[in-house]
Amino acid sequence: MTKITAGPPATAPVRRRGIESARARQAVWLLLPTLIAIAIVAGFPLYRTIYYSLFDANLTSPDQAKFVGLHNFWFTTEDGIGIGFLQDPKWWGAVKNTLLFTVVSVALETVLGMIIALVVNSAFKGRAFMRTAMLVPWAIPTVVSAQMWAYMYNDSFGLIGRGVLGGQALLADNSTAIWALIAVDVWKTTSFMALLILAGLQSLPSDMYEAADMDGASKWTQYWRLTLPLLRPALLVALVFRSLDALRVFDVMYVMLGPNNAAQTSMTGYARLALIDNSLLGVGSAVAVAIFLIIMVIVVAYVTAFRVRFD
Amino acid sequence: MKKVVALIALTAAISSGASQAAGVTLTIACGAVGQELELCKAGADRWAKSTGNTVKVFESPNLTNDRLGLYQQQLAAKSSDIDVYQMDVVWPGQLGQHFVDLKGKVPDSLVKSNFPSIVANNTVNGKLVALPWYTDGGLLFYRTDLLKKYGYSKAPTTWAELASMAKKIQDGEQKTNKAFAGFVFQGKDYEGLTCDALEWIKSSGGGTLIDNTGKITINNPNAAKALDTAASWIKSISPAGVTTYDEEAARGIFQAGNAAFMRNWPYAYKLGESADSKVKGKIAVAPLPKGAGGQNTATLGGWQLGVSQYSKHQAEAIALVTYLASPAEQKIRAIEGSYAPTIPSLYKDAAVLKAVPPFGSLYSSLTNAVARPSGPTGAKYNQVSQAFSGAVHDVLTGKTKGQAAVSSLATTLARIKGAGW
Repeated sequence: MTKITAGPPATAPVRRRGIESARARQAVWLLLPTLIAIAIVAGFPLYRTIYYSLFDANLTSPDQAKFVGLHNFWFTTEDGIGIGFLQDPKWWGAVKNTLLFTVVSVALETVLGMIIALVVNSAFKGRAFMRTAMLVPWAIPTVVSAQMWAYMYNDSFGLIGRGVLGGQALLADNSTAIWALIAVDVWKTTSFMALLILAGLQSLPSDMYEAADMDGASKWTQYWRLTLPLLRPALLVALVFRSLDALRVFDVMYVMLGPNNAAQTSMTGYARLALIDNSLLGVGSAVAVAIFLIIMVIVVAYVTAFRVRFD
Repeated sequence: MKKVVALIALTAAISSGASQAAGVTLTIACGAVGQELELCKAGADRWAKSTGNTVKVFESPNLTNDRLGLYQQQLAAKSSDIDVYQMDVVWPGQLGQHFVDLKGKVPDSLVKSNFPSIVANNTVNGKLVALPWYTDGGLLFYRTDLLKKYGYSKAPTTWAELASMAKKIQDGEQKTNKAFAGFVFQGKDYEGLTCDALEWIKSSGGGTLIDNTGKITINNPNAAKALDTAASWIKSISPAGVTTYDEEAARGIFQAGNAAFMRNWPYAYKLGESADSKVKGKIAVAPLPKGAGGQNTATLGGWQLGVSQYSKHQAEAIALVTYLASPAEQKIRAIEGSYAPTIPSLYKDAAVLKAVPPFGSLYSSLTNAVARPSGPTGAKYNQVSQAFSGAVHDVLTGKTKGQAAVSSLATTLARIKGAGW
């Protein structure tokens, strides 16, 4: 690097800057279509959502919206009735349940996914088949698998509800339903987690393990001292992805619990109930903005705390 | 040039009369509960064949709440994808503005042949937004063979009687069949529970949640008692899972021979009597029981057909709706699917009564059904219903007691009401 710049004086840096800036300009032009597409499909809806969160608007007649400021978030009428959604205990229940769902399911998926990845990473007969087979739960659309599990949980004819639990209705009560939902999510998404971790494992050099073997390090030590630290970047990216997914979970709750109970169990379910079922465009948008902020705060916390690098 | 000519010809054909129009394609949104979808397809096909048009059937979700959400999105976007919508009896007030005024566009005699109350329900601000297609009222289905086996000669007339009969039958049957339940109903937290709970409360003298003038009447001891009674059924005569059942889940259990009593809509009769049903020939229908000091009550249900204002083929769509709502079509649906007609004369029709005998004796209970408070609450009805079913669900799952539930529900309703309905 330094040798080259030392060669031809004065002109070289100028020319290189020329090439670099030309490349940068080229990159901008190449990225422009994508940026425009993002602005249209993501930026505009986001802008409209924030816009409507400040209005009292109805879904069936959005053109009659009335500006109300932050009333959709927090407002107490003269009679002492709180109409902002932040004053609704149902919303806080949904937040609590979503966070519980996220923490528990992502933790379980990571641990189980790691175990599965380590197993299918080792050489054995039928490994290719196992790697494909483990993706089956992930390949089934969530609405289908959720309905499938809802049948299995049924207390009158379900494999689990009747067969294993002898007629208990797990989904009938929100406090037991959340654990039933976590089980479904773990069943479905562990394979995805395993796949991401497996990709990370495959990038680890094998000679490193040979050297460790030569030095007499046990498999246990190798795992804690070599595999895990080197896997950390891949693992953290996978964690961020899964946490984001889990925070905006919707379909499992909606299919298995129905619209009203889903609203008490997931933040997105609450947003849908307000926006669609109750056609409160303003309140629904305000809830969506709140979810956006919550997820953003959590992501920023994640990224800074663990120094995740995406490049 | 050719195109322009063709376009003019087509426009002329449409305006000159739907029956001569050269094959337009309409889309109708039908429900898929029970046999609805097949019957809707068959009816639409009959019309399509006779007029040379094509009708596509859009299959909408089972839960009425889900359907409403979908419709609202379509209508708010002024989408022309769906020409004809199947509307729940509680929606005209909420969705009416998006529908064509059928007054004067469909034969007056057809409108007049329907129950006036349903026509009134479908008229919003003087606009007839939908034609009645079939009506619904909650009914008590029961197993005649089991009643006989346990020494009962007739269906229960009070909730207390129902509970004791169901308990005796359940205890006896569970010796051989662990999955057997005494009584199943719609206990899931959704619109269906609103209908069931309204029946419990009204039939026990607890009123209708909100009266015709818009006053909130739910906070009364009779209503609280009715909810506590319903909660006492859970785990004694109804399985704990009943709080997750909708219409089809309840019907599935009853039709598999695993329940003695079921609350459901008329459509379940024909399916229960179908060839592959395990309870074929063993079921009968009665009005729902009542509480002490109350009267037999059925919640008014039913579906209407409306034409979207954003339809590109309104004339044909109106013709289709007129055809499907006609007495001849309603008769076919009554015979094949036990869907209750909205035309009184069909309840005296010999062919209908032969296919669905209960229609004769249930005429008054079906036609005097009590309406949900969708009229007085207008656009806020869905919030009201959702708050109501949520509160009832909390009582059923044991989170709260009847009295606490109705008083906090009254507060919630006041909050939804705000300055006014």
